[in-house]
Amino acid sequence: MTIPENWETVIGLEVHTELKTTTKMFCGCANAFGSEPNTNICPVCLGLPGSLPVLNERAVDLAMAIGIALHCTIAPSTFHRKNYFYPDMPKDFQISQYDLPINSRGYLDLRDGTRVSIERAHLEEDTGKSTHLGGSGRLHGADRSLVDYNRSGVPLVEIVSGPDIRSSAQAKLYASELRAILIATGASDGRMEEGSMRIDANVSVRRVGDELGTRCEIKNLNSLRSLQRAIDYEALRQVELLVEGGVVRQETRHWDEILGETSTMRTKEEAEDYRYFREPDLVDLAPDQAWQERVRASLPPMPAERRAALIARLETPSEAQLDAVETVIDLGLDPMVHAALDAGVESSLALARAANELAAGVDSLHNLTGEAFAATLAMEQRGELSATQAKSVLGELLASGGDPRAVASEKGFEQLSTDSLGATVASLIDQYPDEWARYLEGDDKLAQFFIGQVMKQTRGQANGKSVIAELQARR
Amino acid sequence: MKSASEIAEQVRSGASSAAAELDAALDVVRARNEELNVFLYVDEPGARAQADRIDEAVSRGDWVGPLAGVPIALKDNLCQEGVPTTCSSRILEGWRPPYSATVIERLLLAGAVPVGKTNLDEFAMGSSTETSAFGPTRNPLDPSRVPGGSSGGSAAAVAAGMTPISLGSDTGGSIRQPAALCGLVGVKPTYGLVSRYGLIAFASSLDQIGPFARNVTDAALLLETVAGHDPMDSTSLPEPSPDLVSHVNDGVAGKRIGYVPELVDGADEAIIASVRAAIEVLTEAGAQIVELSIPELRLGLSAYYLIAPAEASSNLARYDGVRYGLRINADDVAAMNEATRTAGFGAEVKRRIMLGTYALSAGYYDAYYGQALKVRTQMIDAFKRAYREVDLLIGATTPSVAFPFGSKTKDPMTMYLSDVFTIPTNLAGEAALSVPFGTGEAGLPVGVQLLGPGRSEAQLFAAARVLERAQGEP
Repeated sequence: MTIPENWETVIGLEVHTELKTTTKMFCGCANAFGSEPNTNICPVCLGLPGSLPVLNERAVDLAMAIGIALHCTIAPSTFHRKNYFYPDMPKDFQISQYDLPINSRGYLDLRDGTRVSIERAHLEEDTGKSTHLGGSGRLHGADRSLVDYNRSGVPLVEIVSGPDIRSSAQAKLYASELRAILIATGASDGRMEEGSMRIDANVSVRRVGDELGTRCEIKNLNSLRSLQRAIDYEALRQVELLVEGGVVRQETRHWDEILGETSTMRTKEEAEDYRYFREPDLVDLAPDQAWQERVRASLPPMPAERRAALIARLETPSEAQLDAVETVIDLGLDPMVHAALDAGVESSLALARAANELAAGVDSLHNLTGEAFAATLAMEQRGELSATQAKSVLGELLASGGDPRAVASEKGFEQLSTDSLGATVASLIDQYPDEWARYLEGDDKLAQFFIGQVMKQTRGQANGKSVIAELQARR
Repeated sequence: MKSASEIAEQVRSGASSAAAELDAALDVVRARNEELNVFLYVDEPGARAQADRIDEAVSRGDWVGPLAGVPIALKDNLCQEGVPTTCSSRILEGWRPPYSATVIERLLLAGAVPVGKTNLDEFAMGSSTETSAFGPTRNPLDPSRVPGGSSGGSAAAVAAGMTPISLGSDTGGSIRQPAALCGLVGVKPTYGLVSRYGLIAFASSLDQIGPFARNVTDAALLLETVAGHDPMDSTSLPEPSPDLVSHVNDGVAGKRIGYVPELVDGADEAIIASVRAAIEVLTEAGAQIVELSIPELRLGLSAYYLIAPAEASSNLARYDGVRYGLRINADDVAAMNEATRTAGFGAEVKRRIMLGTYALSAGYYDAYYGQALKVRTQMIDAFKRAYREVDLLIGATTPSVAFPFGSKTKDPMTMYLSDVFTIPTNLAGEAALSVPFGTGEAGLPVGVQLLGPGRSEAQLFAAARVLERAQGEP
């Protein structure tokens, strides 16, 4: 269900992204996902009495990289303490940036042409992670709560957009474009399922042309699908409320993935007074021009630029190809596609193999060179490998690297396409003389029969085109 | 009683041993600790192990540090690995830190022998040790009186002859005031000179670790040992530790020293007389004394009692019963937090947490905390102007000598006024020390305060040494 025509949804997003540093924000503990609970901890990230924070320079590099990619102004900034009690926050305050963030006033252009303003992109530390046992699975009513402090002190950048987004689809577009930018800058791996990118959505509705309505903040949306569903639900809830003469209360709401509903977490009146004040244990952060330039110079091209460069090489791209381009850009596979195109591979084949086979094996992409990818696809295009074989070769290359010809020959693919294919066809002619005679008489349907037989004997390893060529050569 | 320098010299030369010096120290501790309540914890096994290590090093002819075999007392807000650290609070009772403060690492490397942890006002909030959850410390010079605070235990350890030197911390006068009340040299170093890593925070922008000693040279030696840049403390000054001991006899010839009326205003007559007498000695030694009024100093106390509690309210939030120390179980986490903090903190700590929480609250921030920050800036500027005209400033450390127990506990304001002369230096982040000079009521010692700009410790020690020599200290 969507909201009525004459209504409009107004959305601003707050995206928290964990930075891909080797160590945490204020100490030397490993910043790693998936370790045994409470193993990457020390006096500093446990907030033990007497411990003090020291800022990780690499986190500043990455925060500036995000700021530069989002066209922000980088300015001298300070750290503040955000004070509130929570068991997974060991100091019972969070070190964050408040009135002077490192990045402010930037923008992000969406693929649909919309420019979304970026109000700020500031540095802060992550909290630990609580697991609540028993009860509802939330803190209240749980029998026991366990806290893992491995995540405590992991550097985060919070990117706050202006209220410039107008639909849940556009919110998804913004989030996926931002995710691609974060991956491109090397600042984050953008893995929403591991919580390295988390989204809060500020949603309000209004009749088209009216002033901004009262907003609700929906917390912790951790997939693009949740983002879209939660916004749709919330917008409809607010419109229904207003149409019936009610008012929207400013509040923080929780998204229930299973029920598909948002519900009140706390109202504005219950909101914490965070008592922000300057963090006295840290000094001002004022990266000089040289430092900023160093980061700027180290940045690779951003997704929008890369997308344009790739699309420019496609002749009248289809919808399917454009979808494949998105996957390729999101996952940073475009250098592979360019390598294949350079080697004369057709764009539809290059995009399909990248968006499917490479996307599936993106974690082991380091094993595959652009050259090897291009060579494999060229072999497929020339008919030296069947589609199945080409996929199999790519799988092997992703798993353990190597030279495509060597891999193909190891698997026996190359031999099949030359010598043994001839032998297989010859033996089939002997086996099926009647069928062969009919084929020779011009019954092309019999070609399919022989291809089928070849495939059967070779367990699908033969190339269809090569079989036809072999048959025709003997006709 | 031997000085720290003498002990280190004798241990290095073989004339004494770290073990013998430790035994001597422990004898005094055993004889007087029950009466005076100086040490909350004596780490005899740890001290013995360190003393043996020093003696073995000496016998092998290895290098031993400048404090070789010198027993030292540590304020119980300094984290020492494996040694109970309480801040004199029930809320931390039983907690043993898994790491040591940078100053303790440096002391161990320098060959010092930490004897144990000394009593303080709970979380260093107080001026008499009377807010300690483990009972007050008595002044060794007159056990019916307070030793001052908050570092009262560390002052009493030295005054009682238990150890020749000790470390305290000074947020608003917590080293200088007890030094004055116990007849010792006590130093509040320039903010950032000594690493705060491992010092349990009271008010982070004001806290600074510093030495107590019976003489100027020992204080300089101890400060020199623990000072210098520490990468674990972002507010640590970037340079290595300054040379201090080699400058203690530099004198004051040609120095301009400002006498500040606001730094004696309201003090006992005998204390003002001591300051005047000190000025005469300094003049005779070649210093030029000028009277220099700094009216902004009168605003210090009120600014301090907003800034320090505000920072404390945040620093002490972590004592919530979740991870360490006391936990009073209750139905849910919030109730457990509340029950734990209600049971674990004493009245003065609660008062300051409430004050600070209020000062930072939405709607009150500008009027209280924000205003206090402006006053702090004025204070910094006022000191800067003064130090363009003079090298150092002189005044009293405290308005009175050591006072009897209970005399200032009824009304917190009277206790807060004990620190009226010492607080401005903390707000400005500059350096000051207290040196005993003359006596006051009941023959008790008086502290004269010398103040200087950031990094002026060498000059402060040289001036203090002039006063010390005038009283017959060799």
